[in-house]
Amino acid sequence: MSVARFWRNQIHRYNLVGTHCKTCDSYYYPPRNVCPKCRRDGEIESHKFSGPGEIVTYTVIHTAAEGFEHQAPYVLGIVQLDEGPRFTSQIVCKPEDVHIGMKVKPVFRKLGEGGDRGMIYYGTKYIPA
Amino acid sequence: MSVGIVSYGAYIPKYRIKVEDIARVWGDDADILSAGLMVNEKSVPDMDEDTATIAVEAARSAVARNNIDPKRIGAVYTGSESHPYAVKPTSTIVAEAIEATPAMTAADFEFACKAGTAAIQACMGLVSSGMVDLGMAIGADVSQGAPGDALEYTAAAGGVACIIGSKESEMVAVIEDTYSFTTDIPDFWRREGMAYPEHGGRFTGEPGYFKHVSGAANGLMEKMGTSPSDYDNAVFHQPNGKFPSRVAKMLGFSKEQIKPGLVVPRLGNTYSGSCMMGIAATLDQAKPGDRIFATAFGSGAGGDAFSFRVTDKIDEVREAAPTVEGLLADPIYMDYAMYAKHKGKIRLT
Repeated sequence: MSVARFWRNQIHRYNLVGTHCKTCDSYYYPPRNVCPKCRRDGEIESHKFSGPGEIVTYTVIHTAAEGFEHQAPYVLGIVQLDEGPRFTSQIVCKPEDVHIGMKVKPVFRKLGEGGDRGMIYYGTKYIPA
Repeated sequence: MSVGIVSYGAYIPKYRIKVEDIARVWGDDADILSAGLMVNEKSVPDMDEDTATIAVEAARSAVARNNIDPKRIGAVYTGSESHPYAVKPTSTIVAEAIEATPAMTAADFEFACKAGTAAIQACMGLVSSGMVDLGMAIGADVSQGAPGDALEYTAAAGGVACIIGSKESEMVAVIEDTYSFTTDIPDFWRREGMAYPEHGGRFTGEPGYFKHVSGAANGLMEKMGTSPSDYDNAVFHQPNGKFPSRVAKMLGFSKEQIKPGLVVPRLGNTYSGSCMMGIAATLDQAKPGDRIFATAFGSGAGGDAFSFRVTDKIDEVREAAPTVEGLLADPIYMDYAMYAKHKGKIRLT
């Protein structure tokens, strides 16, 4: 990931800041500038999600991508936030402890880094609540 | 104008390694080591945790505990000897993560194990002068000990954040006074780019820890006209259990006075978080009106002594964020091999 690309999304990753359409009361994460339901009638505002959620589904990664090899096996899950949107996140727990419907809460962790010389990328992951 | 702790928050990673597991690898006697150091186990960071993530978790707990509007925080200072970057502040990451940016100042502090309390003193000055409304001082570390070195038995991970303010109605503890004692001592250092610190043998005990802790503690009590019997509890920098126990006895404090804050046997030395963790653990069980004496120590070397008076507010906010006892509970134990992997001690290329 480029330094500029990460920086653009930094506030959303640090604090789960997404958007809310005041017209149809829909919540979006990642944030959307235009409501796909209301189009030009939509009125988008910034929204900080409360954080807690529930695991909708998950997978256990055994053959990891570059930079994550030493964390395998690890859990990658889709978390439904209390306000509705779904958030793909590493679930920090043992693979045998995760289950669908599990209540989870956000934590601040290292998401990755650009090698020994690059930036360290921080953001939100989930742990069992 | 009074100044004090408006809120505080702590963070300790879930993982622990027992002293006996480290001793087994290096052929040392675990019983002698545990008894000598008065440390049974130490915390280990997860693979995706570092000083910045620990500082953020502690800072968020501090903000939550007394329901602080982060926009009121005009300064964030993070003290550590394990900042993730050589150049790029940890404090900007923390400030952004607690949404205190952008109308504020930030900097990183470094003074071995007392960088966090040095940050408290800086915040005391800023809030007393009216330059900022609230200041956040953090002590956090993922401390390093070379494989097989004596430090490896105690070098742990954890952090504490204190929000310093000047409105007494908001404070959980008034800082009655502070006093520092500082000289240039070669007891402990780490050169730029080096993975592990070095320690100057005989300078560690008497000329380092004991001279500076007792110098700061006696200096503060003399300045204030107080004595150990005026305090309900006391906290001294805890690189192990032996040093704070001995310095407490030297100064005239009892075992009972230091008991609530002596968390090192189950935690290890969290370096910049060490004394602040003891203060947090003591506040967790303090009653309104209690007086707490604390002295941090940083190699290099210096001691920062503080006198606190706990207010009625403590009972309102105590349970609004995790207590140190809660953070110490239910640890996940790991063996030396997994510990070496977590701490990046295995050479991969």
